[in-house]
Amino acid sequence: MSAASSAASGGAQPSSSRAKPANKAEAAADWADGRLGIYSLAKSNLRKIFPDHWSFMLGEICLYTFIIIILTGVYLTLFFKPSMGEVVYHGSYAPLNGIRMSEAYASTLDISFDVRGGLLIRQIHHWAAIVFVAAMLVHMMRVFFTGAFRKPREINWMFGALLLILGMFDGFMGYSLPDDLLSGTGIRFMEGAVLAVPLVGTYLQMFLFGGPFPGTDIVPRLFTVHVLLIPGIMLGLLVAHLILVFYHKHTQFAGPGRTEKNVVGMPLMPVYMAKAGGFFFLVFGVISVVSAIATVNPIWAYGPYRPDQVSTDAQPDWYMGFSEGLIRLMPGWEIRAWGHTLNLGVFIPLMIFPLVLVAIWVYPFVEAWVTGDKREHHIADRPRNAPVRTSFGTAWISLYLVLLIAGGNDLFATHFHLSINAITWTMRIGFFVVPVVTFLVTKRICMGLQRRDRDKVLHGRESGIIKRLPHGEFIEVHEPLTQAQLYKLTAHDQHRPAELPAAVDENGVARKVSLTQKLRAKLSRGYFGDEGQIPKPSAEEYREITSGHGHH
Amino acid sequence: MKKLSARRRHPLAALVVLLFALAATGGLYAAFAPAEKAQADSSSQSLAIEQGKKLFAVGCSSCHGLNGQGTSDGPSLVGVGSAAVDFQVGTGRMPAQQPGAQVPAKRNIYPQDQIDQLAAYVASLGPGPVTPTKDQYTSSDPNDVAAGGELFRTNCSQCHNFAGKGGALTNGKYAPALDSTSPRHIYEAMQTGPQNMPSFPDSVMPEKQKRQIVAYVRHTAEAPSPGGMDLGSLGPVTEGLFGWIFGLGVLIAVAIWVAAHTTKAKKS
Amino acid sequence: MSQDMSEENLPERHGSEGHEVEPHADPFADPGLPPHEVRRTDIDERAARRAERQVALLFTVSMIATIAFIASYVAFDIDKIVFIWPFGHVSILNFALGITLGVALFCIGAGAVHWARTLMSDVEVADERHPIEASDEVRAKVIADFKQGADESAFGRRKLLRTTLIGSMALVPLSGVVLLRDLGPLPEKKLEHTGWDKATPASPIKLVSMNTDEPLKAEDIQVGSLVFAKPQGLAESAENFQEAIATDAVMLVRIAPQDIKDRASGKLGFDGILAYSKICTHVGCPISLYEQQTHHVLCPCHQSTFDLSDGARVIFGPAGHPLPQLAIKTDTDGNLIATGDFNAPVGPSYWERA
Repeated sequence: MSAASSAASGGAQPSSSRAKPANKAEAAADWADGRLGIYSLAKSNLRKIFPDHWSFMLGEICLYTFIIIILTGVYLTLFFKPSMGEVVYHGSYAPLNGIRMSEAYASTLDISFDVRGGLLIRQIHHWAAIVFVAAMLVHMMRVFFTGAFRKPREINWMFGALLLILGMFDGFMGYSLPDDLLSGTGIRFMEGAVLAVPLVGTYLQMFLFGGPFPGTDIVPRLFTVHVLLIPGIMLGLLVAHLILVFYHKHTQFAGPGRTEKNVVGMPLMPVYMAKAGGFFFLVFGVISVVSAIATVNPIWAYGPYRPDQVSTDAQPDWYMGFSEGLIRLMPGWEIRAWGHTLNLGVFIPLMIFPLVLVAIWVYPFVEAWVTGDKREHHIADRPRNAPVRTSFGTAWISLYLVLLIAGGNDLFATHFHLSINAITWTMRIGFFVVPVVTFLVTKRICMGLQRRDRDKVLHGRESGIIKRLPHGEFIEVHEPLTQAQLYKLTAHDQHRPAELPAAVDENGVARKVSLTQKLRAKLSRGYFGDEGQIPKPSAEEYREITSGHGHH
Repeated sequence: MKKLSARRRHPLAALVVLLFALAATGGLYAAFAPAEKAQADSSSQSLAIEQGKKLFAVGCSSCHGLNGQGTSDGPSLVGVGSAAVDFQVGTGRMPAQQPGAQVPAKRNIYPQDQIDQLAAYVASLGPGPVTPTKDQYTSSDPNDVAAGGELFRTNCSQCHNFAGKGGALTNGKYAPALDSTSPRHIYEAMQTGPQNMPSFPDSVMPEKQKRQIVAYVRHTAEAPSPGGMDLGSLGPVTEGLFGWIFGLGVLIAVAIWVAAHTTKAKKS
Repeated sequence: MSQDMSEENLPERHGSEGHEVEPHADPFADPGLPPHEVRRTDIDERAARRAERQVALLFTVSMIATIAFIASYVAFDIDKIVFIWPFGHVSILNFALGITLGVALFCIGAGAVHWARTLMSDVEVADERHPIEASDEVRAKVIADFKQGADESAFGRRKLLRTTLIGSMALVPLSGVVLLRDLGPLPEKKLEHTGWDKATPASPIKLVSMNTDEPLKAEDIQVGSLVFAKPQGLAESAENFQEAIATDAVMLVRIAPQDIKDRASGKLGFDGILAYSKICTHVGCPISLYEQQTHHVLCPCHQSTFDLSDGARVIFGPAGHPLPQLAIKTDTDGNLIATGDFNAPVGPSYWERA
């Protein structure tokens, strides 16, 4: 039956015609194959090709920091007590001696000051989380700007988007657990945000906190969600994300020999096992060193949470910073009518918060609709060759940055000697103006770069050598590009703007053009009309010009 | 416009654009920085000349009036007490260099005996908080730090930050950092409420508690940071910056090394 | 093998002189994968051996670092503080553990990557892609299979089965929803009242200083001073202290009567002493950045600014309504007392708030 048993019984069972394994390792592999079918799985994957580019490794940073977070997180649960029961502290950290605090806070102090290496693991956990979300955002930007979200990868883009938002919220819950003064302030904010929800806000608040704020339930409840529910969902999404990456095969940049029909690079075994496996240790090593030299979240300095105490510089971790910015920018609007109150000062930011993220997540589908492109794409775009997409992306980043600055407005005020009110007002205006300006500027830059590429293809590279012609004219010698460079600069395809269907059909009857069709045609013109892209040089243009050069 | 675009490929074009950008940035900064700061008050130049007994007349009366009764430029000093003078002059805030959102601390130019003379004069104008003696602000009980921390978080950290690093107030005002403030000046600030800081007189915060707060502030200023660099003790904003630059930044540099092609034996 | 295919394309390469391509060929044609170029380590055995030694050295350093990690764990006291430039006074244990762990891990990774970069083959290989979409035959087969399965189940035909199945599936999650009911109590009027509502004119509650736990007297509070208060009887050790202080915390200031712009709020005070809720009406941060000259109070969380001299009106930021005020007076001993609750619900707004 199994390879191992048939090998052991010396061919008594003729049903397996497999050759005798050469050694113990092969025998073990045969045994596993008989049960798991690993050979068929490895056949296409062991020498699977991955393209080499540093930006293709951003996702690996996310994966590895996630693993680091899980490993260190499990260690922390061995010591952390997710309880809001009150104790009087008499531990090693003298400046809090005799202070009342929750068991959650006291056990976090113990992890930091009584468990050897506990502080290091806490800091690795927290630094890895900060880097994890940052890497997810940068990874997402890479995918965005190279158009790697296009068919067939749209679903994987959504998986990634879900991972980002789950990562953000799990981070928020994680730093809320120690029940220190800063994190308690964050939970208080959460309470206010929940209360601002119309109709059901007060009910949600009572159910979430098990009674009036702060109660004794919120930390243990967040703990379960933080260590079990969300990581579980994330793990599932992560596996799906990786399976799809394997299944779709990685995108690659255009270049000689690299087409839509192949993927060029080096095999998983051995090069990528060494590089990717090694990169895990590199990431873990860097995070460990960062955790050795820099404090993160010094909860002992904040003190235990009390709802009547607060410290200035009350900010969330960076990935929640943009929502903090939204809240700080918001004017104090509140509607009170018919015995009800709608706290717009909180509710509007609460509604814009998901929209900021959703705006970039749905973009791939908007682009697919405008282009009407149903083909698979495996060659990554150069950002300049998709000016509208690139400009939209930079505009989004600029909005995100405006909100981050607004979220840290008090620190900008103190460190740049500005007025906090002036910063807030500037950012209120910037919220609307900066993305528009960024969009226009980026588009100009992209068009300029496209024009330069076109010139390079048609006229060659400026060599910097000045030549004097017989009749006295000075010219700069242009070196023609190599075939590889020519191919690389012209490999992208360019869409034509979608045409509206003819105003009358073949029978001369006026055709009704729907509003969405009109919108689509308009967007398509913006994308691919004269304002949206520079036509890449055609073979005819090239021949005409290069033959002209020949006659010089 | 045509001329301009013809010159945009000029080698100096980038420089010109950069200069414009710098000028614009500077202009914006000037526009948004609290405006009054820019004007210097020439009348206070005279403070460079020090005079022993007529110190007040020379250094203070231009704003506070010849008899300390106050003018449009400075408040009345009747009843502020010697503690206020010792704090304001001792931390270099007074005499003020220029009007602005807030008078900053700067190098103190008066020797202590002159400050004491000034303080005695102002104290004679009306009763007010008295400069504390050393045992009033020096703590000997090791438990004072913990008790002071509790008081600090109730009364002080909302403006001065959990580690006494200071914070922003409205319209360019700020609560200063306390790291380098001496115990006596911390005590006096609580007694007198300088500028926009509220006061914490003995009737609402007795001497013992002020002493505990002083103990906590001094402890925090000198406390080690077990986990490594404290990144300014400013909370998650600097942590985020550090994580992006030294966490993700270094990792991306490493990724570039991992993915880069190894140098070839010879260039073709 | 796919690499061979692209090698076939190589003859199309005509060097760098693009214009020499014959007129009918595409001038931008793909020249195919460039030929592999060798590295030093591919041709020079000495270079290869040097690389091998470097990798082995990295792995050895990692081993040493792990031993150093264990040694640090044993050797250094957890509370030992050492000055390390440029990081400051840090815990030597944390520093040593982190650095040794970091080096041990980093060197494994660096060794593996260096190995891959110098000693493993760097010949680029092309893998063919296949369309994700199935062929039309496969598609037809799957759809036919599905139809057959659906027909055999009679899901479409037997409507009663279908309707009741959908109905039961739709209802069954309700059990889970119902089970969530006991997560917390219903809101009722809980958000409307604070601990001060037990105060009545007949049995007033004294305002007790947060600093001293002593009742505050009117004469204790000077113009420009700031003090925080709680209701008498609320001890820090009380079981419900956190919930109580989250609504009951009071901020007491004294403003010269001529500076009080809002007469109604002045009347709720006593002789210029005004008692406001310390809890911001935006999202509930303890707002208390009091500027004694401007009478503005700023919230450190989102910069809502209230003018305490003008009925705690919002003058900046996202808060939607003024801070609730607590009416105070004095008893016969001069103690500050409250005879009722705040004049509005404390804390952030909510839907049912009138």
